[in-house]
Amino acid sequence: MIQAIVFFPLLGALLAGFFGRQIGARNSEILTSGLLVVAALLSWVIFFQFGFGGEAAQPLVQGATDVATAEGGHGDTAMFTNVMKVELFRWIAVGDLDLRWVLRVDTLTAVMLVVVTSVSSLVHIYSIGYMADDPSRQRFFAYLSLFTFAMLMLVTADNFLQMFFGWEGVGVASYLLIGFWYHKPSANAAAMKAFIVNRVGDFGFALGIFTAFVVLGHLDFDGAFAAVEGATGTTFHFLWADWDAMTVITLLLFMGAMGKSAQFLLHTWLPDAMEGPTPVSALIHAATMVTAGVFMVARLSPLFEAAPATMTVVLYVGAITAFFAATIGLVQNDIKRVIAYSTMSQLGYMFVALGAGAYSAGIFHLFTHAFFKALLFLGAGAVIHAMHHEQDMRKMGGIARTIPKTYWMMIIGTLALTGVGIPGTSFGFAGFFSKDSIIEAAYAVGGTNGQFAFWSLVIAALFTSFYSWRLIHLTFHGKPRASQETMSHAHEAPNVMMVPLYFLAAGAVLSGVLFYGYFFADIDLIGQFFAGSIVVDHAIIEEAHQAPGWVKWSATIAMVLGFIIAWYMYIRRPDAPNRLATQQAYLYRFLLNKWYFDELYDWLFIRPAKRIGTFLWRRVDDKIIDQGIVEGLGNRVKDITARVVKLQSSYLYHYAFAMLIGVTAILTWAIVAGGLLG
Amino acid sequence: MIISANILTILTFLPLVGALFVLIVPGNDKIALNNIRRISFVTTGLTFVFSLIMWSMFDASSPGFQFVIDQDWMGDVIGYRMGVDGISILFIVLTTFLMPLIVLSAWGSVKTRVREYMVAFLILETLMIGVFSTLDLAMFYVFFEGGLIPMFLIIGIWGGERRVQASYKFFFYTFVGSVLMLLAIMAMYWQAGTLDIRVLLQTEFSTDMQFWLWIAFFASFAVKLPMWPFHRWLPEAHVEAPTGGSVILAAVLLKMGGYGFLRFSLPMFPDASAYFADFVFILSVAAIIITSLIALVQEDIKKLIAYSSIAHMGFVTMGIFSANIYGVQGAIFQMISHGIISAALFFSVGVIYDRMHTREISAYGGLVERMPRYAAAFMLFTMANVGLPGTSGFVGEFLVLIGIFQVNTWIAFAALFGVILSAAYALWLYRRVIFGVLNKEALKSIMDMDRREMAIIVPLIVLTIFFGFYPAPILDTTVASVEALVSQYQSTVGALPISAVAH
Repeated sequence: MIQAIVFFPLLGALLAGFFGRQIGARNSEILTSGLLVVAALLSWVIFFQFGFGGEAAQPLVQGATDVATAEGGHGDTAMFTNVMKVELFRWIAVGDLDLRWVLRVDTLTAVMLVVVTSVSSLVHIYSIGYMADDPSRQRFFAYLSLFTFAMLMLVTADNFLQMFFGWEGVGVASYLLIGFWYHKPSANAAAMKAFIVNRVGDFGFALGIFTAFVVLGHLDFDGAFAAVEGATGTTFHFLWADWDAMTVITLLLFMGAMGKSAQFLLHTWLPDAMEGPTPVSALIHAATMVTAGVFMVARLSPLFEAAPATMTVVLYVGAITAFFAATIGLVQNDIKRVIAYSTMSQLGYMFVALGAGAYSAGIFHLFTHAFFKALLFLGAGAVIHAMHHEQDMRKMGGIARTIPKTYWMMIIGTLALTGVGIPGTSFGFAGFFSKDSIIEAAYAVGGTNGQFAFWSLVIAALFTSFYSWRLIHLTFHGKPRASQETMSHAHEAPNVMMVPLYFLAAGAVLSGVLFYGYFFADIDLIGQFFAGSIVVDHAIIEEAHQAPGWVKWSATIAMVLGFIIAWYMYIRRPDAPNRLATQQAYLYRFLLNKWYFDELYDWLFIRPAKRIGTFLWRRVDDKIIDQGIVEGLGNRVKDITARVVKLQSSYLYHYAFAMLIGVTAILTWAIVAGGLLG
Repeated sequence: MIISANILTILTFLPLVGALFVLIVPGNDKIALNNIRRISFVTTGLTFVFSLIMWSMFDASSPGFQFVIDQDWMGDVIGYRMGVDGISILFIVLTTFLMPLIVLSAWGSVKTRVREYMVAFLILETLMIGVFSTLDLAMFYVFFEGGLIPMFLIIGIWGGERRVQASYKFFFYTFVGSVLMLLAIMAMYWQAGTLDIRVLLQTEFSTDMQFWLWIAFFASFAVKLPMWPFHRWLPEAHVEAPTGGSVILAAVLLKMGGYGFLRFSLPMFPDASAYFADFVFILSVAAIIITSLIALVQEDIKKLIAYSSIAHMGFVTMGIFSANIYGVQGAIFQMISHGIISAALFFSVGVIYDRMHTREISAYGGLVERMPRYAAAFMLFTMANVGLPGTSGFVGEFLVLIGIFQVNTWIAFAALFGVILSAAYALWLYRRVIFGVLNKEALKSIMDMDRREMAIIVPLIVLTIFFGFYPAPILDTTVASVEALVSQYQSTVGALPISAVAH
């Protein structure tokens, strides 16, 4: 069954990619979407078998169920792992290294399978409508399915290297999809940027893999996890000094996660990635690929647990990103970019949960976020579709009544994103449960670190609420600012686009309340549900449950405040934003220009690289090595040979002559020496 | 048994027989030319089949030389000695695999002196196979240097505008290197009393002597590979060479340097190799970073790929001198894989060069509109060149890096910058050539790859992906010989298995 889930998308990609022209655009669409729907349904089956099958989740299809005990990070829990592995074939086997292609399924994987295939199949179907006018739809669907395959390989990986394969595979698919409209220079630039910035992260990931191999002696997960205990506390000589081995490994690996999940400093590619078609943004740059970093840390939680210093770094990076991205989101005018910054910010939340040691809470937010963020993106796509490919919110407004269904979908997404709910009750949208879990976990960390993370997230929650409602107000409320013509053509998207939105809306409403117990609320359920696929640190979750009342209300209060401010500034006093922007011109421009990171990196890395490259080429390579040494010496040699050989022109003769001398010399010498010695 | 006893003779001289037939085809009309092409294709194809037969008969579990031929020839100094082991056999298969493709690529694009072109390549094939299969040092020298003559002619006759300068540079570099190697060979003979490589492998040279011999061989191999800063001939030679020449240059001739290090430097001069290892590492890292930065600003497609080749060879030297199983296995894999990928890239450049007769990057743009098949193939090779997992380019780089990481984390750290930079220059090239709007008048009628071109490109695509997912056929073939080499080296030098260092 797992083979079908993973390889159906690949099959679809290959068929649509190579035979798209022969079978036609419509058939390609139906084929790829159909295969994904099947994969999604099977994924849900696996999800229930693993998450809720309990003892029944014994050998499923094939492959042995591997039951092993593993110590929890803080040593207060013994857990049972419930894993299914399907080995495909050998990959790289050299020396102690024995890597195989294996599909590994446990609860963590099952959660990811559900997220990936569900969102992907809905995005496939949605794209049938969204891309209807595009001449190269086959290519688009082939890429989408290819991406899904790579993502599935990533989440079913059983060793570091297969994870790296999926990691790079989704990177390529993302590159191809961002640059899908290849005639747009901006799209090409964004695609390259995404790939290269991710490579910077991979730089760390690769070093982390090497270090893990040297220190732990294994690159398969089970082997590596088993070796953690012995390696904890040992040092490893990396570059100039001896470091704590586990800290080095996890920090380097985390660098990869920062690239893929667009965390602070390696974030610059994500907003630009919005150059890709909107369904791509929903699937790759909101629901799945960008969460790969979160998945990686959770998957490797036994390693991270052994490196407290790294955990603190993860916590800080997450908190800073959550805050930083939210500040930029406040002032953006492109509807997709607002959502992109929101995604970045929400990824920061997830990392805070991981850094706090509440892995299940991080995965919970990953799970709920996938639904409501995909909903928001696809909803934005419907808006863009209605507005004739206009993405600037300053040219929208007042279309709530024109496209009411889309409007309500966006409202549901916004309610879920901002975390609307009543603490202490089971009323709340998806984001409410998962986000509050994280904020409580951050508070539970305690000390300066915990305080920093907690307040960052609460302020970010206020900002989230503000920019989300700002988006709604600018897009749907107030007076229309679009041209008369655009407004008259504005219309609701076809059903093939709307139905996926309904499914996602259901997820955005229900995924929180239904699964709250399994991911955060009930400590026993968490242990049973995850069955050892991630570390469940009881202490931190207990601590989070015990958080005082005001902490539990803090996010809700921040959310309400954000809503009120947005209402005041965009409904009550629509002139307020402009006044504020002129008053705080510097701050406004600072935020509008995304803290000037692009400019900084351009000045710091890109230009120097080109300048050094040119210098090395023209000055060192051409001048010193080529003309200086070689031609200088060469001329001397040429002079001599010319004098000796007296053959006219043509280097050919020189060369032939040299060869002749060489061969004659060796033959003569051989005969003479051989004769003498023989 | 007849076959297995003589297979190396057959392989080595079959192309020469083919060359003879090509020479005696009468006439110069269309039919004659087609016959010449057919004879060449059949010869190279047959040679490939024989090399596959050899591979299938090869006993991968034995580290020693196989299919050995040992006959006296000139006195008892130079013998007709042939044999292959896990280190050399795959280079022969790589060579014979590429030759039919080269003949095929010349079918339409080489129009002048077809007969001479084919003869040059067939002779070259004999010499290349000879390099990898001979067990006599003197014969090795003859094959090694002899290969330069046809290559020199290929660049000089069928090359581009600056072919004379290019072949001069080619000549100069290799000349200096080869003279030193010749001296070293003589010195080794006086020391060991034989030129039999099998005996020399068991001979212990004094540390002092190793030092000088190492340098002499290094001079030759470092130029050949090429290593920075002995690389300057390569970009020129590539730029001016015809497509087939570039392919064979990048895919096979460069590998002779790496093969030389593995066959001679490491096992015969282990102490000197250990002594010079850091020096090689630094040059390797310099190659990776410097040439990648240079590749970033190139305006000529072939030059860019040539510089990228040098960077990739940096991984090879680094892996060889890390002298552990990962590094050496990785280096061999990287050489084979680069043989496939660089051949594919140069064939790809040839496809558009045949149509537009320019290598300027700025003359292209938006090719994807008219050439979707070409765009897809070129994308795959670009990604393979970047070392994407799932392509053969990844496996070698990964193994080399994991090998070098155990020796020196600094070197691995620095080399990984090459991974970032390679993505930058490769994608930047792709973007300028393939993506964008097709607005150049000359390109508007450009045609996608035809069937002949597909027949060349598709096998390369298949192998790139196949070995990316399932590298075992290569790794399993080389493992026994590499293990023997590494353990012999480590017992001489006394290196520790580094995994122990962590604890």
